[in-house]
Amino acid sequence: MADPVITSHHAIAPHTEEGATVEMTIDGRAVVAGAGEFLIAAAERAGVFIPRFCYHPRLRSVGMCRMCLVEVSGPRGATLQPACYVAVAEGMEVVTTSDKVKKAQDGVLEMLLVNHPLDCPVCDKGGECPLQDQVLAYGPGESRFLEEKRHWAKPTPISELVLLDRERCIQCGRCVRFANEVAGEAQIDFLGRGDMVEVNVFEGQAFSSYFSGNTVQICPVGALTASPYRFTARPWDLDQVESTCTLCAFGCRAAVQSSANRITRLLGMDSDPVNQSWLCDKGRFASEAVNAENRLTEPLIRRNDILEPASWGEALELVARRLGELRTAKGASAIAVMGGARLSNEDAYAWAKLAKAVIGTDSVDAQMGDGLPAEVVVALPRATIDEACKARCLVVLAGDLREELPVLFLRVRSAAVDDAVPVVELAPQSGSVTGFATASVAYGPGEAAELVRALATGGAVPATVEPAQWSAAAEALHRAGTDGEGIVVILGRPSVAEDGALVADAAAAMAAAWPAARFLLALRRGNVMGAIDMGLAPGLLPGRVSLDDGRSFFEEQWGSVPAGRGRDAAGILEGLADGTMAAVVMVGADPLSDFPDGTLAGDGIAGADFVVAVDGFLSRSAARADVVLPASIVYERSGTTTNIEGRVSRLSQKLVAPGQCWPDWMIASELAARLGGDLGVESMTEIWDEIEKVATSHTGITRAVLESLSARDGIIAPLAASPVTLSRRLSPEPFDPMATPGIESVEAQGAPPRSGGAEPTSGEGAGHTAVSGHGHQAPRPRSLRWPQPVAAPPLPAPDSYSVRLVSGRRLYDDGVLVGATDALAALVAPATVRAHPHDLEKLGVGAGDPVRVRSARGDIVLDAAIDESLPRGVASIDFNLSADGAVGAAALLIDSREAVVDVRLETP
Amino acid sequence: MTQSHLAPEVMARARDIVALYPHPRSALIPLCHLAQEQDGWLRPEAMAEIAELVGITPAEVLGTASFYDMLHTEEVGTYVVTLCTNIACMLRGAYELLHHAEESLGIRTGSTTADGVFTLEDAECLADCGRAPCLQVNHRFFGDVSPEGFDKIVDDLRAGRLADEVPHHGTLVRTERDGGLRVEAETITAERRATAAAMAERAATAAAASEAKANG
Repeated sequence: MADPVITSHHAIAPHTEEGATVEMTIDGRAVVAGAGEFLIAAAERAGVFIPRFCYHPRLRSVGMCRMCLVEVSGPRGATLQPACYVAVAEGMEVVTTSDKVKKAQDGVLEMLLVNHPLDCPVCDKGGECPLQDQVLAYGPGESRFLEEKRHWAKPTPISELVLLDRERCIQCGRCVRFANEVAGEAQIDFLGRGDMVEVNVFEGQAFSSYFSGNTVQICPVGALTASPYRFTARPWDLDQVESTCTLCAFGCRAAVQSSANRITRLLGMDSDPVNQSWLCDKGRFASEAVNAENRLTEPLIRRNDILEPASWGEALELVARRLGELRTAKGASAIAVMGGARLSNEDAYAWAKLAKAVIGTDSVDAQMGDGLPAEVVVALPRATIDEACKARCLVVLAGDLREELPVLFLRVRSAAVDDAVPVVELAPQSGSVTGFATASVAYGPGEAAELVRALATGGAVPATVEPAQWSAAAEALHRAGTDGEGIVVILGRPSVAEDGALVADAAAAMAAAWPAARFLLALRRGNVMGAIDMGLAPGLLPGRVSLDDGRSFFEEQWGSVPAGRGRDAAGILEGLADGTMAAVVMVGADPLSDFPDGTLAGDGIAGADFVVAVDGFLSRSAARADVVLPASIVYERSGTTTNIEGRVSRLSQKLVAPGQCWPDWMIASELAARLGGDLGVESMTEIWDEIEKVATSHTGITRAVLESLSARDGIIAPLAASPVTLSRRLSPEPFDPMATPGIESVEAQGAPPRSGGAEPTSGEGAGHTAVSGHGHQAPRPRSLRWPQPVAAPPLPAPDSYSVRLVSGRRLYDDGVLVGATDALAALVAPATVRAHPHDLEKLGVGAGDPVRVRSARGDIVLDAAIDESLPRGVASIDFNLSADGAVGAAALLIDSREAVVDVRLETP
Repeated sequence: MTQSHLAPEVMARARDIVALYPHPRSALIPLCHLAQEQDGWLRPEAMAEIAELVGITPAEVLGTASFYDMLHTEEVGTYVVTLCTNIACMLRGAYELLHHAEESLGIRTGSTTADGVFTLEDAECLADCGRAPCLQVNHRFFGDVSPEGFDKIVDDLRAGRLADEVPHHGTLVRTERDGGLRVEAETITAERRATAAAMAERAATAAAASEAKANG
């Protein structure tokens, strides 16, 4: 096999021919650097650290702090030049330690300290402060400044999450540039001039960006601090591991830091193929929910309609006995397992094996009816995030990216804005992508497939679409190449008020029209991709294999598999409601909050004979269970997780779970034993070995591969689809404390990050390699391939008195994690009903007036909001927000049996 | 739709200005002056509207506006009195004048009188060194200002005797071509031609005069 490819990357360096190099000397040493690279980066890679404040490898250089001045020989002799702003050149001679350089550094630092308060003992940044460190290492030691320093009121909140201390600011502009360049939300800027310059917001408009926490992370002084972390810890008291954030399915790598078994904060790690050092504020701050007081800490059993504490033995015995009785009475297919998207891959595998091999049911679904059909998810030809960001045309048919997968939004925005990748948005309502999309084509709820077919075949422009947008979209798609080569589709669920099969139908239409197009699946919930890969979906077995294709192999491996295809989440809830199913185990699932049809979810839970909840919190659904089993949650478990592109990355345990919480796989294993089966695994690592052995898509991804240092960014499954391209971290040694804070410094000092360390040894063989196990060679089943049948329901004719409902999602929702995070809970907006001004005028209703929204399912009164971007005849209610204590406003209206949801707007 | 803060005719002019530039953002400073002309200072509502007109955020408008001394992001009096304290004026008593102004108006530099009539500020060179010490009222020059002269200017302003010379604060140019920025190109060409002809005629007259003088 080929050597692992180490990709070099310069975030934002001058454009040059790829691969060209120049030879130069730095401090007398010969150095080979990439042509066009900035001097500061070339020096760093050659082992020469040049001090800096304003330079950040993921931001554009501005050369404004002057800390990186070095002596560069040129035609006019040796002159001081900013290393972050000068590109390397052939024959360049650079000196970083001369007296002239030293004098410049002394001067810069002396000036920066003129107005800096030096309140390090009470500053959060003290101990990890680049200003502190660099003053010590490069500063003059004494100041000639005796005058009174500049004073400001401190600290002033610029949002719920970020506090500003202007006295400490050294005007490097990292925060301002991040907000403008990366987040695209210039809500903060430099105000004033001269010695009175300050960074601040426009009065009355908070720094409300979902990415505000990143400015705190990259601030090289303590000018920006995060309200949840402020005064909670000193950096030298923190202990940390590198792990993956699983609050959405994007899989950002993060340094997870804790003190006294409590999460104190998360810092984004620079994983080039994924999050490129950024995190969203939900991922960063909602991690605090792990510390919440209202965590489940002991098993609960319902007695006399009250959940009472019980012992694990008692609870497991009861669950096993009741499930056993119901299986005998009504058959294995009467038992369902919902959820699993919040688990690790190993936990998901254990639960899949318990359900499918021990209990014998295929009615298992990790998605809550808000995703896409599982066969479509596993079979569509996939693109990686990097491939999507380099597409010749990027089609987005998904929920609002900034609300659902925030850091994917940053990547897509950068592709569109910085690299001019054409983005064609297909959406029922405008969103965060609309602002930079080449074309934004609105489709009526349920009509995406029809629109795609018309777009692909040069059909007539639908009445709802602006002709200019339509032709721009058609042209961008056409330019991508024949057969759709170069097209990448980000495919998700734009609205839970339309059937997921309709979106799958649109995907099928795209795959048919553009056979070479590839898909990046924008499913949002935690490890949903891993759960599906592990078989937590009806009709699937581990390894993206269908029940029928995998039957003989898994019968051999597992002993038995279910006889026929089971039900998905909607089918399970219907079965529970009408009595054809009897019991449901909810593994980190909360259908009452997450299933689009709230009425059906309520009926299903109420109709079940026996309900078990395995969860970290007493969610709305868990509160109605007969038995509640407390499980460890994020940062309390190890294992692996899988992101939207199929990248398997390692989770590291940081905390010990509170009370009697158990890992999910252990609960599955104990239940299996009590149900007369045996999962045959004793630890997380054994489970991974078994996954590697039986899951076709994970062949070759051994623990040795996963644990190797160069696979820290994770590995995309299957290996064959994406040969081992191991990327190197942006900042190799020596560690740059500002570019990638935290954990890297520990590792750069030689401590092995974890056991293992072997390099990948095999990148081939996925698909049909024989595996040895049980002394027998069996061919692995084939993973599902496209095309797959899609059964799109027919659309009902529109009724002229009704409007069609669109229901997307918001990042800050009324879920348990945000609810358990004080700083974020205050940011959750109330639900409103948005509509075109004309539709509201017809009712005689203005912005803020109450409107009654009525569907066949139910009705609710919400405040009206005007949205001129919505087409007429469409109303939009965000799914995961509530109004006036009524949980999940849209869930009261949605009927999952209908292809689309028609509602009437009335005056209350 | 909420009521626009900028008056309709101001808004129309703002749109004309934006249309002059390849990038709307380039119109930022002219629009700030326009809004200041309407309100006497840059109100937050105006900055928010300018942000929308040029496609940036209000924070960026404030960032730019707060950089420049001629743009006021806080409320000012009817008359903004700006005293030069740069070297030429300093040597001719600018600081004494500034001190006198503070005493006479009863306020510190950088603040506004309680009745909201005068705002006093100091400035670096106002480029009228030949008449040092100099000052500006609403950007109109007064040179060779003595303490007594300052008091007279204040009295005259209060009495309205300088109304013709000193316009409303924020006004940069008091004469505007009919039709504003929408004037036809031919009109402008004709005007330029007429101006050039007038200049040529004046030059010819002057040349003839100086020739006549030389001759005799």
